[in-house]
Amino acid sequence: MSTPQPPQHAAAPTWQTPPGHAYTSPIPVKKTNLGHAIASEWTKIKSVRSTMWTLGIFLLLVVGIGFLVAVNTSDTEYGDVPYTIPAFFGLILGQICLITLGVLVIASEYGTGMIRTTFTASPQRHRVLAAKFIVFFAVAFSFSVLAITLVGLITQSLHGGESSVSWGGTVFKGGLYVSLLGVLSLAVGAMLRHSAGAIATMLAVVLVPAILPAFLMLSATLRSIGNTMQEYAAPNALAYLFGIDSDNNTGNPQLLFLVGVTAAAVAGAFLLLDRRDV
Amino acid sequence: MGLERMIEAVGLTKRYGDKTAVDNLSFQVRPGSVTGFLGPNGSGKSTTMRMILGLDNPTAGQVTIGGYPYRKLPNAPRQVGALLDAKAVHGGRHARNHLLCLAQLSGIPARRVDEVLGVVGLQDVARKRSKGFSLGMGQRLGIAAALLGDPQVLLFDEPVNGLDPEGILWVRNLMKGLAAEGRTVFVSSHLMSEMALTADHLIVIGRGQLLADMSVQAFIAANSAGFARVRTPDTEPQQREKLTAALTEAGGHVMSEPDGALRVTGLPLPHISDLAHGADVRLWELSPHQASLEEAYMRMTQGAVDYRSSTDQKAGLQQPLPPGALPPPPVPGQGQPGWYAPPPPQQGGQPYPMPPGTMPQGPVPPGQPGLPQGGPPAGPYAAPAAPAAPGGAAANPYAQPAAQAPAAPAAPAPTESDSEDHR
Repeated sequence: MSTPQPPQHAAAPTWQTPPGHAYTSPIPVKKTNLGHAIASEWTKIKSVRSTMWTLGIFLLLVVGIGFLVAVNTSDTEYGDVPYTIPAFFGLILGQICLITLGVLVIASEYGTGMIRTTFTASPQRHRVLAAKFIVFFAVAFSFSVLAITLVGLITQSLHGGESSVSWGGTVFKGGLYVSLLGVLSLAVGAMLRHSAGAIATMLAVVLVPAILPAFLMLSATLRSIGNTMQEYAAPNALAYLFGIDSDNNTGNPQLLFLVGVTAAAVAGAFLLLDRRDV
Repeated sequence: MGLERMIEAVGLTKRYGDKTAVDNLSFQVRPGSVTGFLGPNGSGKSTTMRMILGLDNPTAGQVTIGGYPYRKLPNAPRQVGALLDAKAVHGGRHARNHLLCLAQLSGIPARRVDEVLGVVGLQDVARKRSKGFSLGMGQRLGIAAALLGDPQVLLFDEPVNGLDPEGILWVRNLMKGLAAEGRTVFVSSHLMSEMALTADHLIVIGRGQLLADMSVQAFIAANSAGFARVRTPDTEPQQREKLTAALTEAGGHVMSEPDGALRVTGLPLPHISDLAHGADVRLWELSPHQASLEEAYMRMTQGAVDYRSSTDQKAGLQQPLPPGALPPPPVPGQGQPGWYAPPPPQQGGQPYPMPPGTMPQGPVPPGQPGLPQGGPPAGPYAAPAAPAAPGGAAANPYAQPAAQAPAAPAAPAPTESDSEDHR
């Protein structure tokens, strides 16, 4: 159809600008980069209460449960396991806090509509999402390393001298594992754009492989699937990483598996980001 | 070139499944003036705004700002500021941090945040979480975000929603001031009275299609005409009947206003006076009424409204009227076809568009709404022209079809002798 084209000259007398004088701002225009987006995301993550709540509860769970376990164990139990092992029990619950924070970092923007303001301020959507991943991972990794280290130090001071296993590796790998779960949640949140939906999905991802094998084991044909699933379930993966069964499994395959899944989800999040309307 | 058209849409189209929200929309917005963006609810205004800002991808066509698609702008907030939705903030973040994270995103120094907080008058609540803000405070925060980058182009979607009268006045002056500095200001609103005061130019859409793109004065002139308000003595209702009959007989179109006054179109004021005199009716009032932007807008868009209210019958709740009681008088405009004055006669009978050359050049002097040049020298209250020719009626798909206006006078177009007689 032909759009009505109004006679342009008719409106001309009402334009008040002297021709050739559009406004130019006195503030110099800088070219923006990822550093600007990271600074912005850092301001965002530290200025909402959900960050304080989730990370506070995370610390409380990991250090608190770790302390209780450390107190209620005897020196002899640490013969062939690292001192950080009490942190494992806290992380089983604490990972849910990081999952929640990871989802909220992005899904709360969709929930409130803030995402439109953000993408108007930076139409380079990839840069914003990359900054979110970087800032969230840095925060989650720092807090989990801090929490596991604290538990390790507490346990060592209570049961010093028994264990000969170095526990630096468990701090790094354990922290990496739960932080990656958080990053996976952020990616899922970016794809689903809905806080409750993404948190529920992530809880299913973490819990179903830990529970379902019990039923799969009932059938002979599904037993091998059940075994694999159980081996890669998040609670078991964490147990391996903390050296509960250090002779047979270091937990490295589980960690690599999570790296792979997270990378795929992150790639999916970036891919969908450009195509969809916000 | 970039100066001439800061925002330029070409064949912009957006479809959601079967529904076409924006249909082949082309327009330009120029710097140095406030351009109003009007249309009924669901007509595609916000979708268009989102496409301008690169939030939604058009199904077809494109829209550019200063020659660039929004998402290709090197530092978008420094060139374009936008208020889309005042509620589009994270309520748990306080106002200053909200603006700070936006400023950091485009490398704007933090002191600019305090500047714009002062500009919008939120400096005292800068450290309050925006969850507790009133609608008006939220609008101010959104305007602050738009002003943050000191941009050349500003887009506001319903900026005066929820503002108090003082705030409305402030927004009006702000937008005029921004335009006077040479910026491009593109603002959508439903408040016609506000638009009439603020905007210089109008872009009107209905059902996603362009209905008009012209100056405010030209728009009013092209889409409505004034009417005369006539009041007979309240004490003598029979005089009112008598005058109504006389006016109708003379070709006028008479409607009752709720307070008993008559709204007359199609007859010049002196002729109404003559008729009243001839019928021996005294008049308490005979006043010209200038059409407002609202009326012009209503007339243009009445065919393009998606969400139309129906009368609340309250059937089953209502007691039957006692014998002899009269039903309540109708609310103005409801259920009275042709309440809004018909447009002035135009060549070819097309409400819009008009062939080039028939547009009044420049602002229309008051009292002469859009007389086509070369047409008969009819007064502002002259009878409307005969219904549009079939060919011409197709030009505006939403123009009110002649058949829908049964109350329109059966009056023929004024003949030579008629117009000479009463002049």
